[in-house]
Amino acid sequence: MKMKKLIAGALAMAMALSLVACGGGDKPTTSQGNTPPPSTGSQNGSQTPSGGGNDLSANLTLATYPVGKMTDETVIKGLIADFNAVYPNVKIDVIYLDYANGDQTVNSMIEGKSAPDLIFEGPERLVANWGAKGLMVDLKDLLPAGTYDVTVGSCTNADGAVYELPVCQTAHCMGINKDLFTQAGAMQYINEDTHTWKSTADFLKAVEAVAAIHPQVGVVFCGGQGGDQGNRALVTNMYGGRYTNDAFTRYEANCAENVKALEALRAVNGIEFDPGIVGGDEIGLFCNGTLAMATCWNVGAAKSDTQGKTANFEIFPMAFPTESGDPSLQGGIWGFGIFNNGDETKIEAAKTFIKFMTEDEAQYKKIVEATGYWATREVSGLYAGTEDEALMTEYGKLVPFMGPYYQITLGWADARTAWWNALQRIGAGGDVKTELDQFVTEANAAAEAAEAG
Amino acid sequence: MAKANQPPMSRALARRETISGYLFMLPSLLFFFIFVVYPMVMCVFTSLTDATMADAGGNFIGMTNYVNLFQDGIFRKALVNTVIIVVVSVPTVCAFSLWVGARIYKMKDWACSAYRVIFYLPVVTGSVAVTVVWKWIYHYYNGVLNYVGTGLGLWEKNINWIGDPKFALGCIILILFTTSVGQPIVLYVSALGNVDTTLIEAAEVDGATDMQVFWKVKWPQIMPTTLYILVITTINSFQCFALIQLLTSGGPNHATDTVMYYIYYSAFTLYKYGYANAMGVVLAICIALLSAVQFKLAKSE
Amino acid sequence: MNTGVKHRSVYQTVTMILIAIIAVVVFLFPLYWIVTGSFKTPGAINSSVPEWWPKEWVMRNFNELFSKRSAPLWELHVPLSEWFTQDNSQIVFSTGPTVPAAIRWLINTVFMSVTAMIITCVTASLAGYALAKKRFAGRAILFSLIVAAMALPKQVILIPLLREMSSLHLSDTIWSVIFPIVGWPFGVFLMKQFSESIPGEILEAARIDGAGEIKTFTTIVFPMIKPGVGALAIFTFINCWNDYFMQLVMLRGTNVLTMPLGIAKMQGEFGQDYGLLMAGAALASVPIIIVFLVFQKYFTQGITMGAVKG
Repeated sequence: MKMKKLIAGALAMAMALSLVACGGGDKPTTSQGNTPPPSTGSQNGSQTPSGGGNDLSANLTLATYPVGKMTDETVIKGLIADFNAVYPNVKIDVIYLDYANGDQTVNSMIEGKSAPDLIFEGPERLVANWGAKGLMVDLKDLLPAGTYDVTVGSCTNADGAVYELPVCQTAHCMGINKDLFTQAGAMQYINEDTHTWKSTADFLKAVEAVAAIHPQVGVVFCGGQGGDQGNRALVTNMYGGRYTNDAFTRYEANCAENVKALEALRAVNGIEFDPGIVGGDEIGLFCNGTLAMATCWNVGAAKSDTQGKTANFEIFPMAFPTESGDPSLQGGIWGFGIFNNGDETKIEAAKTFIKFMTEDEAQYKKIVEATGYWATREVSGLYAGTEDEALMTEYGKLVPFMGPYYQITLGWADARTAWWNALQRIGAGGDVKTELDQFVTEANAAAEAAEAG
Repeated sequence: MAKANQPPMSRALARRETISGYLFMLPSLLFFFIFVVYPMVMCVFTSLTDATMADAGGNFIGMTNYVNLFQDGIFRKALVNTVIIVVVSVPTVCAFSLWVGARIYKMKDWACSAYRVIFYLPVVTGSVAVTVVWKWIYHYYNGVLNYVGTGLGLWEKNINWIGDPKFALGCIILILFTTSVGQPIVLYVSALGNVDTTLIEAAEVDGATDMQVFWKVKWPQIMPTTLYILVITTINSFQCFALIQLLTSGGPNHATDTVMYYIYYSAFTLYKYGYANAMGVVLAICIALLSAVQFKLAKSE
Repeated sequence: MNTGVKHRSVYQTVTMILIAIIAVVVFLFPLYWIVTGSFKTPGAINSSVPEWWPKEWVMRNFNELFSKRSAPLWELHVPLSEWFTQDNSQIVFSTGPTVPAAIRWLINTVFMSVTAMIITCVTASLAGYALAKKRFAGRAILFSLIVAAMALPKQVILIPLLREMSSLHLSDTIWSVIFPIVGWPFGVFLMKQFSESIPGEILEAARIDGAGEIKTFTTIVFPMIKPGVGALAIFTFINCWNDYFMQLVMLRGTNVLTMPLGIAKMQGEFGQDYGLLMAGAALASVPIIIVFLVFQKYFTQGITMGAVKG
């Protein structure tokens, strides 16, 4: 009898729930009573909406990676609300991605023939990965006047197609725990005014000095690709090595300078190769004081409520150590891309969205401030009067050190995987030259395949 | 239930049986064929192509994927790891749960059910929640395990549990173990409770030791339970995906890659659809053979 | 004799203590760590000296968890409407109030598990009965197919399944997780084993009495295999609740995420924030643990039934 009651109860519960959660899809939804989307015939007239955007109607999905506050629900919904005030019939659903699963999520969407219409990320994914596979729409005609040439160049593929409309950029740098460095007497190795190390040898001395009072100074994290710009920049800067050739077609990371750098890193006290963590974890460990130095640092992390702002010590941003005194920082450029889903109405609506966000200066400033980085064209008064103004000025000193954006080299996705695997092998004691050679072989095979395909 | 015992059926009856049989099967078969069999067939087709993300159809390349597969060092490593996980965790789970079951089944009701509940807790907690908390426990810098271990002097300095190829797979097997023993223990407790007591008493009168009673009297009677546990534990071990994806992503240096994870990885990180499907076919064949063997074994008992 | 008894009791005491230690350290402690961790301050979480008992209890982690994302509490869709609208969008006729997404995720998880459980129990008991008691052509082949597919990991059919879901307009819906679980033939196998024990004479008698097939099933067969259905229900529910892989591959939108997937995604997005993760883990596990504790007797009964015949 009790069993019967139980089953009846379970059934009743399930029925109630099916009312609640039935379907449950987060796909674009059409509310009843709303005008249905226009039939395919009425496309010709809707190019430039005049007097409000009522005739533009589409359901879009926007996938965004956590760039600054771009996955902060109130911020992104606020931006969309601005857009909807002018174009009320374009409904935009947001898919929040993270750097651990995001690529796989987007790839499964592409594979399921439901790729997002709009995506917010950097050229390494939009240009070198999905763009190179012919999945993206060329956005050349949307480029706002005055966009920095260098930035545009990084968002353009070899055939001249612009697969990412740049919105913001930053320079990835290092962060050090100034309290610990001062305590260890290691600030003498640093030019405080320019935020640079006096030399690579001084950098290594500083690490040793800090290690004497705080054993865990830094890590070469290699648990995955997350934040790998940090360890790449560290390795290539130390003795002036390179990662790719100048044309961004082949990988050359097995150069003697990089071998020397990795051997030095493996030998120095206080730095460990850690295959258990990625860049995001390193930042966390730095901010809570476990590590004295972060190689995956940038102004975004410094401003984050859960990262930089939780630190109870002074974080001092630094360029990467060099012999030459001329660091080459890894840039970060983020912007919009459009997946070609074969639906002209959607592409048109997505383009309108990008135009709306980037053309008008006030709106553009709003989205740049949402990302927390710097603009990709000259705009006045960015961050003026905000609490971040001082930080932006301090970290802004590092922006001129920005080096070439080689993350758009062919076969980048495979090369990234090969890179952290090579670091894991090196950390486990493998011969540096051999492992880097293997990395180059694997990465170039991917580059060749990409070129051929 | 051998067929010979059944009276011969009339034609009409046979037809009625066939029609009603299929009607009863229909709802289930619909799901089975649409969501299991059809994808499996497609999987075999795709495995013969070089399909990638940019070219979802791909070109027919015959057995090339299979040939490459067996030359792929990572695949071999993943295969070995999968076998290790299954070979270590299945017997451990069975032995441990039998040991615990045999200890607790004679206890007072409340104590016995308290134990059963505790051992079953990780199962209901859910694999993701369990994995996340273990990740924190194993943490190199702030983990409880390292704090206790170094505090008690068991090891000198912090060990990078999931970052060290020596330990990573063991760490995964331990979590898998905690999420697997709950059900077997419950099963053994009830199976042991159902063992014919008159036989045990008779054996004890004859002066048999505890061990003898266990192996000679109880063990044969709980054999069906053991077989059932073997089957579900094997299925369970093959399904351990969340642990690997959340804890190590197959690293360090593929020390914890399994075939299941490598399929996912090849498909969604390396975009090799054809290749991933070929791996799927190989894995499916291995598992189908294994099930067939287990099933034969169960039948002969 | 006396010493033998003494030895035996010493041995038993030692094993009992050992089992108790393992139970507490390996099985109970992680749960304790989740629950207390969810109330700890970030400082306590990241400290290398663990706080065995939180010095300061804070709601910060739960506040974070609840303020991160929001979702409507429910959405009532017209079933299959996406097949008929021009741009494959679903028609919604009611949307609930906006709540923290974690609550929606919990509802989604429960809905998913309960629905999969009910559909599986119904289809599998029908099919299992037919396989065991009906003599029809193709029975042996079907049964071998079922046995062969039983232990198949879902990773194997991942890519074809994704494509199929999109052509059925099911991608990114809860159904894309439910249906493959229902299709998994373990339930049919289990129910077949159960139905074997139904005496053929009873069925024969029912037929002679003129009872129809459906009546025979509902009045005679189902009551006899009910314990088996209970076992299958628990098995499917737990399986579905824990089926992280299908959820990971099939679900993306904030409104369709499940609790386990929500936690996993938080891990990727917010890096090191174990406090937040523990809050998510607590929210994902504590409700089901309470259900489990309340219905513990039925759980263990159900599981046991599964094996007696399985």
